[in-house]
Amino acid sequence: MQDLTFTTLIAVFEEIFGRGLFWIMVAAAVLVTVAYLHVLIRDRAVSWRKFLWAQVAMPFGAIAAVLFVQVMTSSGFRDIGGPIDVIVLLAVAAIGAVGAAILVYTVQSLLRGGAAKP
Amino acid sequence: MTGFHSTRRGLLGLGALGALALSLGDGARAAKLATRARIVIIGAGAAGTALANRLVARLEGASITLIDPRREHLYQPGLSLVAAGLKPADYVVSGTGDWLPKGVTLIAERAAAIDPLAKTVATEGGQRLDYDFLVVAPGLVLDHDAIEGFSLDLVGQNGIGALYAGPDHAAKTWTAARRFTEEGGVGIFTRPATEMKCAGAPLKHTFLIDDIASRGGARGKYEIRYACPQQALFSVPIVSEKVRMLFGARQIATHHGQTLTAIDPGAKRATFSSATTDPVTGAAVTSTTDMDYDYLHVIPPQRAPEVIRQSGLSWADRWTDQGWVECDMKTLRHLRHPEIFALGDVAGVPKGKTAASVKWQVPVVEDHLVAAIQGKEGTAIYDGYTSCPMITRVGRAMLVEFDYHNNLVPSFPGLIAPLEELWVSWLMKEIALKATYNAMLRGRA
Repeated sequence: MQDLTFTTLIAVFEEIFGRGLFWIMVAAAVLVTVAYLHVLIRDRAVSWRKFLWAQVAMPFGAIAAVLFVQVMTSSGFRDIGGPIDVIVLLAVAAIGAVGAAILVYTVQSLLRGGAAKP
Repeated sequence: MTGFHSTRRGLLGLGALGALALSLGDGARAAKLATRARIVIIGAGAAGTALANRLVARLEGASITLIDPRREHLYQPGLSLVAAGLKPADYVVSGTGDWLPKGVTLIAERAAAIDPLAKTVATEGGQRLDYDFLVVAPGLVLDHDAIEGFSLDLVGQNGIGALYAGPDHAAKTWTAARRFTEEGGVGIFTRPATEMKCAGAPLKHTFLIDDIASRGGARGKYEIRYACPQQALFSVPIVSEKVRMLFGARQIATHHGQTLTAIDPGAKRATFSSATTDPVTGAAVTSTTDMDYDYLHVIPPQRAPEVIRQSGLSWADRWTDQGWVECDMKTLRHLRHPEIFALGDVAGVPKGKTAASVKWQVPVVEDHLVAAIQGKEGTAIYDGYTSCPMITRVGRAMLVEFDYHNNLVPSFPGLIAPLEELWVSWLMKEIALKATYNAMLRGRA
């Protein structure tokens, strides 16, 4: 890669998903993150009950993310060839897990309104 | 609460950083150079298109004309995937006009003649264009007629594949190759004696078809042979050795010094010639060998287009049967006509008929061309960088990057090992490569 600048990276991502879809995904990610911050600030505390459900969602998010990447790229677990592959696989799983947790926590908080007793 | 404040401030900071990066990227292009220069680019493929986009961003008032009769733009790095059934034919096809910026002229004709002394280009339709600067980037031609008995309408039948010939032929190649992966037999994979586009592609096709056959109906009842005129499997010795080891591990037989010269499609027989030196007399001896096949992958000799070879722009003493443009290997500037540059496949440089090379060549030509308009000398240097995501099976690749000096120049040293078969390298080929290519076409990468 010659000059891997921020703009190059944005351009590449726009090409991967299409300009429209990419920015919709960015907007969705920002929206969920903002909603998450919103409920945290609103409730002034982390609700451990909601957090428990969010944790339950994590393995599903992790597995879904890994399978999504594998299906999209016609590859599988047998193709793991070196340490960096394991790291990438775990990173994909981690992103899926955290994403699912944030989503589930936020959705619960938004649906149930104010903070439950921690 | 303070925690949230700092988080918010942090977020704002990140946003500001992003905005700064964006503005820096644009800022570099903000000051356009006013000029009336007439720039003609022969070829609107990867190189011509990327350069046109970059020049439009740098120059104000220049007349930029591209000459190319091809309506379809091909993402050629995808042809290997089409020929292995991993992508449909239309994966590689887009429109030439889709990628061109506003403010350039596309003449959809073939360039018929170049007069480097009068500084004119004539098109097939009879138009005559005067230029101040000329960039020759017409690509190369596949000399299918050089292989006796072969013609493109054979591809897809009787076990014949030829993936270089374009998306439809790559798809037909898969038709023939798939049968081989289901039924087995002898598969022969070839390479021409001339310089060629993406020297990794013959190996990729071999690896992919071997991998698919090993998982398919042909498992245990097929044999793969790789026949090439060269004495090495890859021009970079360290990569060649790695491929030799992989071939060994996968029981792919290698036949060096063999040039495909003829096929008999009815009998499914390929004829190879090999040149050796008689140990007694020292005279060159040419012998021929026949090999029967169930699947044959044909890659024909490759040459510069006729218009280049007729125009006197080619090397007089190198590649005389192929006609690549005589240019400085570091600046791609013609050695006898400084207002002419070569880009992409047609450039007579030792390495790099790949899209990755184009990506690195284009900014160099842009730099020297813009400097020349200002009456200065450019400073950018092309050191032969090229990259080859060497697919070794469906799901794994080696991210091989190298330069003129046969040095490996990994983009991610310490992270992605160039000679290791990795899933992450495959992911890059699958996900990021076409996107990077498209960004390059738009002049953004």
